[in-house]
Amino acid sequence: MPDIVILVAHPQNEHSSVNRTLLQAVQRSGQARVELRDLYALYPDYLIDVQAEQAALAAARLVVWQHPIHWYGMPPLLKLWLDEVFAFGWAYGPGGDRLRGKDLWLVTSTGGAAESYRPDGHNRYFFDAFLPPYEQTAALAGMRFLPPLLLHGAHRVGEAELAAHAELYVQRLAQYPDWPEIDALEPCAPCEVPSDARPAD
Amino acid sequence: MEHGTPWLQMSLVYLGAAVLAVPLARLLGLGSIIGYLAAGIAIGPWGLKLVTDAATILHFAEFGVVLMLFMVGLELEPKRLWALRRPIFGWGSVQMAGSTLLILAAGMAFGADWRLALVAALGLALSSTAIGLGVLNERNLMATGAGQSVLSVALLQDIAAIPILALLPLLAVSAGAATEAGSGWWGAAKAVGVVALIVLGGRLALRPALRWIARSDTPEIFTAASLLLVVATAALMESVGLSMALGAFLAGVLLAESEYRRELETDLEPFKGLLLGLFFIAVGMSIDFAVVLARPGLVAAVVAGFLLLKALVLLGMARLLPVPLAERPVFVVLLAQGGEFGFVVFQAASSSGAIDAEAASLLVAAVALSMLLTPLLLVLVDRWLTPRLARAGAAQRPAEISEPQQAPIIIAGFGRYGQIIGRLLNANGLSATVLEHDADQVETVRRFGWPVFYGDATRLDLLRTAGAGKARVLVLAIDDIDQSVAVARLAREHFPQLQVVARARNVTHYYRLRELGVTLIERETLDSALMSARSVLELMGWQRHTARNQALRFRQHSIELMERMAPHFGDEKKLIALSKQGREQLEAQWAAQRQQQSERQARAGWHSPPVSAPEARRPDDGEA
Repeated sequence: MPDIVILVAHPQNEHSSVNRTLLQAVQRSGQARVELRDLYALYPDYLIDVQAEQAALAAARLVVWQHPIHWYGMPPLLKLWLDEVFAFGWAYGPGGDRLRGKDLWLVTSTGGAAESYRPDGHNRYFFDAFLPPYEQTAALAGMRFLPPLLLHGAHRVGEAELAAHAELYVQRLAQYPDWPEIDALEPCAPCEVPSDARPAD
Repeated sequence: MEHGTPWLQMSLVYLGAAVLAVPLARLLGLGSIIGYLAAGIAIGPWGLKLVTDAATILHFAEFGVVLMLFMVGLELEPKRLWALRRPIFGWGSVQMAGSTLLILAAGMAFGADWRLALVAALGLALSSTAIGLGVLNERNLMATGAGQSVLSVALLQDIAAIPILALLPLLAVSAGAATEAGSGWWGAAKAVGVVALIVLGGRLALRPALRWIARSDTPEIFTAASLLLVVATAALMESVGLSMALGAFLAGVLLAESEYRRELETDLEPFKGLLLGLFFIAVGMSIDFAVVLARPGLVAAVVAGFLLLKALVLLGMARLLPVPLAERPVFVVLLAQGGEFGFVVFQAASSSGAIDAEAASLLVAAVALSMLLTPLLLVLVDRWLTPRLARAGAAQRPAEISEPQQAPIIIAGFGRYGQIIGRLLNANGLSATVLEHDADQVETVRRFGWPVFYGDATRLDLLRTAGAGKARVLVLAIDDIDQSVAVARLAREHFPQLQVVARARNVTHYYRLRELGVTLIERETLDSALMSARSVLELMGWQRHTARNQALRFRQHSIELMERMAPHFGDEKKLIALSKQGREQLEAQWAAQRQQQSERQARAGWHSPPVSAPEARRPDDGEA
């Protein structure tokens, strides 16, 4: 029974060496605990099967979002997936506790090098500055946001470095939840939505 | 066999002769019809004398022709028949009248009695439906211009045979005809009554009757019922002196739209094949070589003369119709020959005294010889004339695909459907080998610079030449359902590596392809209909994106339902129940969504057009 579900979202997977390598590494490792859901393959018409997605999440302890950073955020299909699957009354709001206590892990890559994500680089902010929407999404759904696995400069990464990165990814999946940094995480703060903040439905 | 010969022995002779001669003829590249004819000559009175009474067998085997016309009718829905009314009555009449007049004139010019010349002209103007349609089927030419023209003319001849047979007694010198004149009106009324009975019965009673029989779940009884249906129709028609074949054709047309069409076809096919074979054997046996040998010059002159005169008329027709140049030889050869109705005409004429017995047997021999010549002429045409015509100019039938092709994709059928696929592939830099079976279409598309090959994808050798052994994808865009299924079967049996992407004309077609293991099937009207439905939803106030989502959801639902129903293909009741259940589920689901939506909107005090998609409210989307 898989307890890790990986949502892969890459609009041009055929052009992505990083995502493809990670994906192949996971597949090769053959871990029975991992369920891979390649969103762009599953929903080429952007018509998401919400029930199937929610069912897959219900069984998981760890939810992984594996995607490249495009315009400082997630690709559109994953955003649509989030909009529809993390539904009011299911993922948040009254009765919306189905994801509570699960972990959310972002596995991502950027085209820009690490140096570009600095106040003096062309991306002007440290990469952490782009993460609050993810962190708050997790918090609202009652999930713990694990420290992301990040690869900068994905276009120029060397083969050896990429292989090591993939190795680390697979290893992390296999060891979950026995990660050293998890113990250091603060407990997930409850994030209740005040009733007057939402329309009365 | 009326001499008490056990039927077992007779079957032995016929089946043995056929089984030996037909494969031999095909091996020599002569076609099965020559094989049957040769078998008939071999076992007949002028060969091994194993059978002496050809006429009885001929009469019995005529039922093969009746069955064939029934099946031709099955392929022809009333609508298509109606669309063919001009070729049938217009061009069919041109052929009959033109040939009759020419032969009559020639006969009288050579000093024959006008009665003899007229009977000969009428009888010789008819062509063999059995050979004509048989050859068209064997060569898969039924759907081409020439094929449809041959069918039209053959149908008119079947109709024309009725007045011709009615006319014969009037030509007789004896006064015998007068006694029948009184019953003319009564006969005509009966004939009209029977045709009306077949049409009405076919429309109203046949389908419920077949359903009732099919429900008994006894396959052999359904086969028996199929045969009974044709026999009964034929008997009815014969009882009022009409053409049995015509009646069977009518019954076939009436059942062409019924759900039992396929089953009837499958059940009757072997009977048709064997009886037609027997018919050709009987034709071979009935060639009276005594007459031929007594006056070989005259027989040869008659055969050559009437073939030539009919060919003249047909060539003129082919030019005006127009039949594509490359198809003209087949069109002319198939219709120039004499036909089985000729035998009937000459027999009736001689028994009513319009012509004498010697003339009758000479004419019968001439017709039989022409029928024997036809397949030989076709071989000649194939080997000699068609290649020349093909070489003669660019406007002719494009040469069949001959160079082995390497493209990873084969597109079979390049009409409206195949062309869209081809263009998209081409725009993406993919090359495809395109096979198209309609010569006109090939020519048109080639004019636009497409490397389309002329070829019939149902032929294994052509598929192989097209590269099916190495290609990865076969696009089945053929619009003819049977041919599409035939190609799918060939692909599965001979090229298992080929992934088939198929177009389905309708649900039945979909299931037939599904049965052959094809999974990538698109119903050809589904997506365009859904796009139209989207437009309607938009016009009614739905957001464009919502309309899109609803259409896509419906599409998914429809496909899932089809797949759920697939195992029950053939069980109509179950299918109806499942489809009804599926529709209700979808409606209930969507009604619930609409309900939810409108409640939410009412509470929020909204007045916008319905937004029925079930998208949930999102955090901080500012809707409130």
